[in-house]
Amino acid sequence: MRTNGSTRRVGGSLLTDPQARAWLFQIVAVVAVVAFGWFLFHNTQANLAHRGINSGFGFLDNAAGFGIPQHLIDYSESDTYGRVFWVGLLNTLLVSVVGIVLATVLGFVLGVARLSPNWLIRKLATLYIETFRNIPPLLQIFFVYFAVIGPLPGPRDSLSLGDLVFVNNRGLQLPAPSAGDGFWAFWLALLLAIVLCGVLARWAKARRDATGRRFPLFWSALALLVAVPWLAALLWGSPFQWDVPQLQRFNIRGGWTVIPELVAIVVALSVYTAAFIGETVRAGIQAVSRGQTEAAASLGLRPGQLLRLVIIPQALRVIVPPLTSQYLNLAKNSSLAAAIGYPDMVSLFAGTVLNQTGQAIETMAITMSVYLAISISISLLMNAYNKRIALTER
Amino acid sequence: MTQHVFKPDLPPPPREVGLAGWLRANLFSNWLNGLLTLLGLYLVWLIVPPLLDWAIFSADWSGETRSDCGREGACWVFVQVRFGQFMYGFYPVDARWRVDATLWLALVAAAPLLVRQFRHKVRYGLAYLLVYPWLAFWLLHGGLGLQVVPTSQWGGLMLTIIIAAVGIAGALPLGILLALGRRSDMPAIRVLCVTFIEFWRGVPLITVLFMSSVMLPLFLPEGMNLDKLLRAMLMVIFFEAAYIAEVVRGGLQAIPKGQYEAAAAMGLGYWRMMGLVILPQALKLVIPGIVNTFIALFKDTSLVIIIGLFDFLNSIKRATADPAWLGMSTEGYVFAALVYWLFCFGMSRYSMHLERRLDTGHRS
Amino acid sequence: MTRVKSTLAVLGAAALLGASGVTHAGATLDAVKNKGFVQCGISDGLPGFSFADAKGQYQGIDVDVCRAVAAAVFGDAGKVKFSPLTAKERFTALQSGEVDVLSRNTTWTSSRDAAMGLNFTGVTYYDGQGFLVNKEIGVNSAKELDGATVCIQAGTTTELNLSDYFRANNLKYTPITYDTSDESAKSLESGRCDVLTSDQSQLYAQRIKLAKPDDYVVLPEVISKEPLGPAVRQGDEEWFDIVRWTLFAMLNAEELGVTAANVEDMAKTTKNPDVARLLGAEGEYGKDLKLNKNWAVQIVKQVGNYGEVFERNVGKGSELKIERGLNALWNKGGLHYAPPVR
Repeated sequence: MRTNGSTRRVGGSLLTDPQARAWLFQIVAVVAVVAFGWFLFHNTQANLAHRGINSGFGFLDNAAGFGIPQHLIDYSESDTYGRVFWVGLLNTLLVSVVGIVLATVLGFVLGVARLSPNWLIRKLATLYIETFRNIPPLLQIFFVYFAVIGPLPGPRDSLSLGDLVFVNNRGLQLPAPSAGDGFWAFWLALLLAIVLCGVLARWAKARRDATGRRFPLFWSALALLVAVPWLAALLWGSPFQWDVPQLQRFNIRGGWTVIPELVAIVVALSVYTAAFIGETVRAGIQAVSRGQTEAAASLGLRPGQLLRLVIIPQALRVIVPPLTSQYLNLAKNSSLAAAIGYPDMVSLFAGTVLNQTGQAIETMAITMSVYLAISISISLLMNAYNKRIALTER
Repeated sequence: MTQHVFKPDLPPPPREVGLAGWLRANLFSNWLNGLLTLLGLYLVWLIVPPLLDWAIFSADWSGETRSDCGREGACWVFVQVRFGQFMYGFYPVDARWRVDATLWLALVAAAPLLVRQFRHKVRYGLAYLLVYPWLAFWLLHGGLGLQVVPTSQWGGLMLTIIIAAVGIAGALPLGILLALGRRSDMPAIRVLCVTFIEFWRGVPLITVLFMSSVMLPLFLPEGMNLDKLLRAMLMVIFFEAAYIAEVVRGGLQAIPKGQYEAAAAMGLGYWRMMGLVILPQALKLVIPGIVNTFIALFKDTSLVIIIGLFDFLNSIKRATADPAWLGMSTEGYVFAALVYWLFCFGMSRYSMHLERRLDTGHRS
Repeated sequence: MTRVKSTLAVLGAAALLGASGVTHAGATLDAVKNKGFVQCGISDGLPGFSFADAKGQYQGIDVDVCRAVAAAVFGDAGKVKFSPLTAKERFTALQSGEVDVLSRNTTWTSSRDAAMGLNFTGVTYYDGQGFLVNKEIGVNSAKELDGATVCIQAGTTTELNLSDYFRANNLKYTPITYDTSDESAKSLESGRCDVLTSDQSQLYAQRIKLAKPDDYVVLPEVISKEPLGPAVRQGDEEWFDIVRWTLFAMLNAEELGVTAANVEDMAKTTKNPDVARLLGAEGEYGKDLKLNKNWAVQIVKQVGNYGEVFERNVGKGSELKIERGLNALWNKGGLHYAPPVR
């Protein structure tokens, strides 16, 4: 690649001198791109002005006037389009985050199952992966939404779990907690427990470094995390009051409702992405050389320790970069939610708002920037993580 | 001198060989595995018999209308009746032979490329790439004696395959150029390529499809317009080219520096060095990645539903909304899934085959 | 601030390119004549207004308006191409020049007329928003819908009216928004929502698409005014006039008793000066519109007068069986009143 420079000939004409040629080429390319951009910009401005289309971002302050079925922040019809933007963004992030977590868990299970010594489990995992990664995610979303959730019974005949949890074609209704007497005490106690766990971990590490003795950290931390808040709840009263869903005339009201559109998109996307993550994890584990396993085993590590302390840390180095792109894909695929009416960024902002205001360029520009920003943040986060776990050779 | 006679080997204990041994080794090696096996078996029992029953044994296979589907299981009559529409969309019935002809032509003409002994593969392949697209366009679109079928009438699986084929044919060369640009010595070119790649990798395909379908004329001078299908194809090409570029870059990075230096020492210019020395090695390394991108592309074609093109998935979705066939969503989607799966799985198997055949064993 | 910036940018662009004449008033008609067909945006599957039959041919009132425009411009109602658009896509498609006419049961509102760069040319159908419910839930009035889940189509005025109505009556509701009417109908059927709300004409149209239409009933309340009509881009008066007068010609034809069957005879033999002017036997009114002399004859002959189009698509001759009601002519108790040709 880096071959010019040294091959420069003295007195060559402009076209035969590689360096001059490179400059010329670059200038031509940049000018072409700038001219093309200007061409588009000019046309757009001329078209907008000529057709009397409003432009600018003033519309963000206007009242939206339509309802949204799921909003993580307070929203009512009299709020502005700017507020709708945040509702849509949060809904998109919700799908992405929940999807990523579920897909990762399922994917790791699949990846390990693919390498299981158990023939049946191995084959089942292979079957799963080969099936789901070869079917378009949009089709899987339609399938879950129309063919699985659609035929569920209506709210009056919902499947219920002790009249606390209801499942029907309007979604999943759960009891919702609200602040009770011991609310603050509970959270303070939890915080305290977390701090205690940190201190304990430090102490355990120091002791292990000094004496080589191991401390059952996981179990003691778990005990702390459960016991301290529980004690607080005993002393200061229950932290939560439960708002139990109740059947009313049309719907089950009260409690938390997980709308079926959300369920469909999250289930379909995590099932789809998990198939890819499974393959990634398998490749990562297989990339750890067999000698590592044998060496660890000969040191007397038990199988669990072997996996946790030797295999996974090394496999992660191979897994993380492709895992990042799977996360990116999932975040981008969350835009498919628009196809089944889940109020995400694309359906809410690039859909309804665009339509009510008619300002296509502004809304599309905002939407695309948001996705770019999400992509870049995931990349940065994962790169930072990758750097931390990367092999440091001395 | 007595000759020592070896006693014959004892047969291995019965629990280590045969069926029992296999079961023991693979399914019940310890109690945890045994538990998992039972769990797996339960899962299989839970899923497979009802599925087979629904899909095959209690399904309705023949008939004309909805009323012919009286049984418990799937109603494949629906797929059967609508099959023509699923394959060709609204393409005129009496012109459908042209679609078939296009497909057969592609396969027959490509056959020599698969014959190992054939000598002039490169020349033949280039000629194929130059001639076939025009022929295919003429057959599908019409003109010059054939009835014109506008692209708005194209649909079904045919449209899906067309978008995918054009997408692949366009994205591969563009992606390679972008990858070369990203590793170029010229800073301006590098910046342009990086921006292009990262932009397309960062935005969802449906937003750019939406933009191309309804907003593009806003960016162009008045009166200038492009076919809706063509615009969708361009977007697919740009989108996937960015992914191909990243895959190819991985391959380029894996080629040792010595190869570049050796090529330069032989007096090869940039394009010859890339074309004759670097790219053949780099592309061979990344065949799995490229095919994976193609598979993703094939699946992504289903998103054109968002801009109202009648691809395979959309024609099925539309058919399920027909009042005469309500409640056929499951059948429709299962059929769609099966077809997409066959294509994608086929591609991935072919890539594995290709990988094995091209493997020269030089991997370090 | 942004407004100022973009204005500056436009000025700059204009100055740079000088009077390159990218756009002028008659651009759409010229472009349409050059390409040889009218590109018309319609809805994506609404019986009576625009839907594709089994052979992929579009039919309906909205479709007939497009065909009438083609008949007026080319003398051939077949020279029209249809772009099915979702509610979300429609305005962008018209603004951007993707379609020449938007004839897609679109409500005429001030903001759409003024801020979106559209001009509505008239009203093809006077409508109002209503509710479609399953008889089973036993609701007789929209006021009883407190707490209901409501299916709507995204990007419509109905979305806004619905929230206004429920707020005004102090009722709670959960909206579920879909891109296409197919999906909202499917959801009503599966019970995902209790109510489907839309313009009443659409409700009748969607009802016949359900598996058991008789199980569903349209509630009596009409909660809004929905004048539906074709729209064109702003800034091209000539094209605006053509689309507007195409519709007026159909209405005038009905008023004057001109039908597809008798239009050619009447054009030759009429003694009525109104008819003579409309059909081009007298005066040069077609030329004023930059059309042929017999433009209205072509419209009525190939597409029909307004009454014929109405009855064929949504009235007695159709499955929808909608009464004329508000959509009768002014002299028959309705609202349609077309200015005279003279």
